Amino acid sequence: MREITLSKAVNEAIAEEMRRDPSIFLMGEDVAEAGTPFKVLSGLVEEFGTERIIDTPISEPGFMGLAVGAAMTGSRPIVDLMFGDFLFLVMDQLCNQAAKTHYMSGGKLSVPLVLRTNMGATRRSAAQHSQSLHALVAHIPGLKVAMPSSAYEAKGLMKTAIRDNSPVVIFEDKLMYNDKAPVPEEEYLIPFGEAAVLREGSDITLVGTSSMVQVALAAAETLAAEGISAEVIDPRTIVPLDEETILTSVRKTSRAMVIDEGHQSYGVSAEIASRITEKAFYYLDAPVVRMGAMDVPVPFSPALEDITVPTAEGVAAMARHLVRGEARDVA
Amino acid sequence: MATAKNKRKTNTEDYLRMYRQMVRIRSFEDNANQLYLSAKMPGLTHMYSGEEAVAVGICEALTDDDKITSTHRGHGHCVAKGAEFKQMFCELLGKAEGYCRGKGGSMHIADQSHGNLGANAIVGGSMGIATGAALSAKLQGRTDVTVCFFGDGATAQGLWYEVMNMAALWKLPVIYACENNGYSEYTKTDEIAAGSLTARAEAFGIEAFEVDGQDVLAVNELAQTLVARARKGEGPFFIELKTYRYHGHHVGDINRDYYRSKEEETIWKEQRDPIINFGAWLTREGIASEEELQELRDAVKADAEAAVSYALAADYPDISEVDMHVFAPNDAA
Repeated sequence: MREITLSKAVNEAIAEEMRRDPSIFLMGEDVAEAGTPFKVLSGLVEEFGTERIIDTPISEPGFMGLAVGAAMTGSRPIVDLMFGDFLFLVMDQLCNQAAKTHYMSGGKLSVPLVLRTNMGATRRSAAQHSQSLHALVAHIPGLKVAMPSSAYEAKGLMKTAIRDNSPVVIFEDKLMYNDKAPVPEEEYLIPFGEAAVLREGSDITLVGTSSMVQVALAAAETLAAEGISAEVIDPRTIVPLDEETILTSVRKTSRAMVIDEGHQSYGVSAEIASRITEKAFYYLDAPVVRMGAMDVPVPFSPALEDITVPTAEGVAAMARHLVRGEARDVA
Repeated sequence: MATAKNKRKTNTEDYLRMYRQMVRIRSFEDNANQLYLSAKMPGLTHMYSGEEAVAVGICEALTDDDKITSTHRGHGHCVAKGAEFKQMFCELLGKAEGYCRGKGGSMHIADQSHGNLGANAIVGGSMGIATGAALSAKLQGRTDVTVCFFGDGATAQGLWYEVMNMAALWKLPVIYACENNGYSEYTKTDEIAAGSLTARAEAFGIEAFEVDGQDVLAVNELAQTLVARARKGEGPFFIELKTYRYHGHHVGDINRDYYRSKEEETIWKEQRDPIINFGAWLTREGIASEEELQELRDAVKADAEAAVSYALAADYPDISEVDMHVFAPNDAA
C-alpha cells in the first residue's frame, strides 16, 4: 500500500469531500494560497477557488461565528484554526453557540461544521502555541472530538467528521504532519466511537490518544523485549468514546494506563481512567494510572519542555511497576 | 418602488397587519409579564414592550426565506417573523409543544420555519451567526437576506467589529439592526458607548442609517429599501433604531429609579408609543376606525389569553427527552 504523510491525508480527505458535496467550504487564516503555515491545505484553492477556500482576517471568534451561522443555513463549513491554543478565542461561538444550538432548538436547527485544529508540544513554540486542549471541548455536551494518531486515521476521521451533522472538533498533532503511514487509494471512512486495538497484549492495557499512541506503541515494544505483553488501544474519538473496547481489554489484562498529551489534572486521561475504575474495578490488579502533560504552562527551553510530556521510557517504566506489582509512589 | 404616499392609499392590508403584529407583541408581553408575576413561569424573561415598531417594521420587509437572529429580548422578533402564540407560550413555560420542546425557553426560541435562527442569551452572540447565514446565502447563490437584531449594549462586543469587517469585505447580504433603547442592561448607554454607533459601521465602509424606532412606517420604508438592495448584493447595512424599553432589563427589574426616572418612562409611554401613534395615524388617514382597531385589539387579546390557558394546561416533555437532541442524527450510511 502507498504511504502518505498525515498532512497529505488531511488534504486528500478535504478535497474528496469537497468534490462530493458543493455545500462544503473551508475558512480560516492563510488557508488559500498559503495553504496554512504547515502547508496542509496546499493546492486546495487551485482546485476549489477562493469562493470555497476562504482566507479570513485574523478574527477567530468572528469566522467561527460565521461558520456556525453558515452551518445552520445549509452550508457545511470546515473551520481551520491555525493553532489549538486559539480555542480560547473561539470558546463562546464553539461552546455556547455551535455545541448547544441543536439541543436548545429542540432539534430544529443543526450545526454541521468541522473545526480542525492542532495540538502537541516539543516544537519549541512555548506556552501559547503548544497546548493540547481537547479536554476543554470534550467537556462540552454537543461537540464530538476526534484525535487521529496516524495518516490513515486522519483521513478516515476527517471524512466522517465532514459528513457528521453535529459540530466536530478534530485535533491533529502538529508534530506528526510529516509522519507517513499506509493509506489506501480507495475511499474509506472511520466511524466515530470505534476504538482501534493497535497491538494485542495480555499484561497491561495502554490507552493512548493522538501522538501518545506512538508513545504507547514504542513502550509496548520495549516491554515486549522484557516479557511484558502490552495491549495498545487508540480511542480515535474521545467523544463519542468507545468505552466497551477499553473495558474489554482491561478485563483481560487487569491493568491499565491512559496516556494523553493534555495536562494531567482534570483531563481526558482522568476521565478514561475513572471509567475504567468505575466499571472494571473488580478486574483490576493495580491502580489505573494517568500520564498526561505536566501541570505547567509549556516552557520554551528544550531542556524544560521535553520533560513536560509523556515519553515511551516513562510509560514503560510505569508499566513495569504496575505489572510486577512493585510498590511505587505514583507522582 | 412605490413612494410612501402611494402606499398609504393602496396598502391598507399591510398597514393593518403591521398594526396587528405590534399589538400581538404587546399582548404577548403583557401575558408573559403576568405569568412571571403570578409565579407561573419558570425563570425570568426580558420584555420587548415599547420596541414593537422595530421588529415589525423590519420583519414586514422580509419573506419566510429571509433569516433573522434575535436576542435575549427576543419575543418581539419571534412574533414579528411569524411565530404562533401557542408554541411560544408553551416554550416560555417549558412545555413539550414549545418551539424548542421546552429546551430553550424565553431566551432561545428559534422558529426555523419562518427563518428565525433563534434568540441568543449571550449579548452580541448571534452577530457571527447572522453574518454566517448571509455568507451561506451568497455562497449557495440564494437571494435571502439576514437581519441581525441586537441592542446598544451589544455594540460593546468585539465580535461585531470582526464580523462587520468580513461582511463588508465580502459584500454579504446582512443588515445589522441595532435597537438602541438607551440602556445597556442597568446602565445608560451614554456611559458605555463612545462616539457614534453609525460611525463605527461607516468605518468599515458600511452604509449606516438612523431611524426613529417608534415609527413603524419609517422603519418599514427604510427596511424595504435596504432589504431590496441587500438582495442585489449591495449590502451589508447598519441601522440604528432609536427606541425605548418600557420594562426593566428583565421582568424582575422593578425598582429602577437609580438608573432612570419614572418621568422619562411616562413620556415615552404617553407620547412616543408606537402602537398608539400608529393607531392614531390609521384613523386619521381613514384606513381604520377606532372601533375597528379596538375590535382587532380585543381579538388579539383573546387569542393571547387562549394560548396562555392552552400552554398552562399543556404537558411537560417526557423526561426521556432530556438527552435527546444533544447530537443531530446522521443519515444512515
